Amino acid sequence: MEIPKTFLGYKREDGRTGTRNHVIILPVDDISNACAEAVANNIKGTIALPHSYGRLQFGADLELHFRTMIGTGKNPNVAAVIVIGIEPKWTKRIVDAIATTGKPVEGFSIEGVGDIDTIARVSKKAQEFSIWASEKQREERPISDLWISVKCGESDTTSGLASNPTVGNLMDKLEPLGVHLCFGETSELTGAETVCEKRGKTPEAQEKFKKTWSSYNDFILKEATDDLSESQPTAGNIAGGLTTIEEKAFGNFQKIGGCKFIDVLEPAEEPTKGPGLYFMDTSSAAAECVTLQAAGGFNLHLFPTGQGNIIGNPIEPVVKLTANPLTARTMSEHIDVDVSKILSREMNLDEAGDELIKATIRVANGRLTCAEALGHREFVMTKLYRSA
Amino acid sequence: MAGTDIIIHDEKDNVGVVVIEKITPKQDCDCWIMENDKSVKIQSMDEIPLGHKIAMTDLNEGDTILKYGHDIGKVVKSIKKGEHVHVHNVKTKKW
Repeated sequence: MEIPKTFLGYKREDGRTGTRNHVIILPVDDISNACAEAVANNIKGTIALPHSYGRLQFGADLELHFRTMIGTGKNPNVAAVIVIGIEPKWTKRIVDAIATTGKPVEGFSIEGVGDIDTIARVSKKAQEFSIWASEKQREERPISDLWISVKCGESDTTSGLASNPTVGNLMDKLEPLGVHLCFGETSELTGAETVCEKRGKTPEAQEKFKKTWSSYNDFILKEATDDLSESQPTAGNIAGGLTTIEEKAFGNFQKIGGCKFIDVLEPAEEPTKGPGLYFMDTSSAAAECVTLQAAGGFNLHLFPTGQGNIIGNPIEPVVKLTANPLTARTMSEHIDVDVSKILSREMNLDEAGDELIKATIRVANGRLTCAEALGHREFVMTKLYRSA
Repeated sequence: MAGTDIIIHDEKDNVGVVVIEKITPKQDCDCWIMENDKSVKIQSMDEIPLGHKIAMTDLNEGDTILKYGHDIGKVVKSIKKGEHVHVHNVKTKKW
C-alpha cells in the first residue's frame, strides 16, 4: 500500500499540527473542578478536564503535576486554553508556559472572588475562545506531523499474537516517514527488560532505559507489601490466557515492531530529539499512561486490547484495535479496527498494518473514534507519592 | 489458509496458543508456526479456551516455558504434551 503523504489537521501557532480542535477548561487543582465543569456546561464547544490533585504536592511530584498540566495545554489538539486555580501563583505558572506556544490562553483564580463570579467571568472568555476556535479549518499537513503514542490494555494472548504486532507493523512503516512515536508502560516490560534495553538506538538511550526500569523495580521491591503477582498479570489478563508477567511483557513489546528508541522521556516530557521512537517512563494503568503521553505532545493514540479495555482521553483520540474475535463481537462499539482475521489466517500482518494506517489517517482527519463517540474522557494525573 | 486451531510464535517455543473459540479433549489440532510458516499437528488432552496455551511437548517441574522464543516462566507441576498450560502449572521467575 502506498502510504498517504499528508493528512488534514489544524496548523498551530508553534508549527505543530492538531488532529482535534479542543478548547479546554483546565483546573489547576481538585477544588477548581466545580468551576471548570460549570463553565464547560455553560459554553458549548469547550470541555472541562477535572482531576483529583494539585494541592500540597511538592518536589518531583509537583513538577510532574505542572508538566502534565502544561503539556496538556500545549498539545496541538488543543486550540485554546482556560486555566482555573484556587490561587493565582500556580495558575500563572501554567498559563505562562502554555502561552509560549502562541495559542490563546487565559488564567483565572477563585480566591477572593468565589465560584459564581468566577464562572461568569470565565464563561465570557470561554465563549470568545470557543467561537474563535470554531473558525479554524483543517488543512493539508505532512504525515510527519503525526505524533503517535501507543499503549495496550486488558491484554490477552491475542494481543501478543496479532494486535500488538499490527501496531508494530504500522511503526515499521511510519517511522521512516518521520513520524514521532512513543511507547511506555515501565512495569509491563518487566520480564522483557533486558531485551527491551538492547532496542535503545544509542548506548546513552540503553543506559537511560536501564536506569529508569531499575529505579521502578527498586521502588516495587521497597514499597510493595508482597509483589506484583496480585495485579500483574491482572485477572482480565489471566482470563485471557496470559500466565506470567514475562509473557505479558514479550507480548507488549511486539508493539514497537523492529524500531529502536532514540531517547527515554520522563513522564509527560516532550520529546526533543526529532522524529523516531521514544520510550516514556509511565505507569501501565491505561488512563494514566495516555494522559502522560498526551501531555508529552502526542496527537493520536493507538490502543490494542484483548479482553476489551474501553479507555478514551479528552484531547488525544484513542483508536482501539483487537484481534480477539469474541471481543470484536461482544464489545463492537468500542473497537475501531478489527484484526481478528489474523488469527484465522484470512489476513496477514502486513495487511493488518495497512488497515490500521488507513484507520489512523481517517481519525487524524477528524473521524470520531469509538471512545470519542461514547464520551470517554479519562484524564488521570500520575501521582508519585503522598502530598504534604 | 483457514483451519488453524493453534498458533506458535517461534520454532523454539514449547507452547502454542489456541485461536479458535475452544478446543476439546482428544481433538486433532492444526498448528501454524508463525516464524517459519510451518504446520504441525497435535492432539489435545484438555478443553482449552481461546487465547490459552497448550503444551507442545512433555514438560517437567523446573523446565522453562518458551514463547516468542523467550523465557516466560517455569513449570511448577509437570505437564503432558497436549495439556492446558496456565497459572495452575506455570509461574513467573520474577518473584
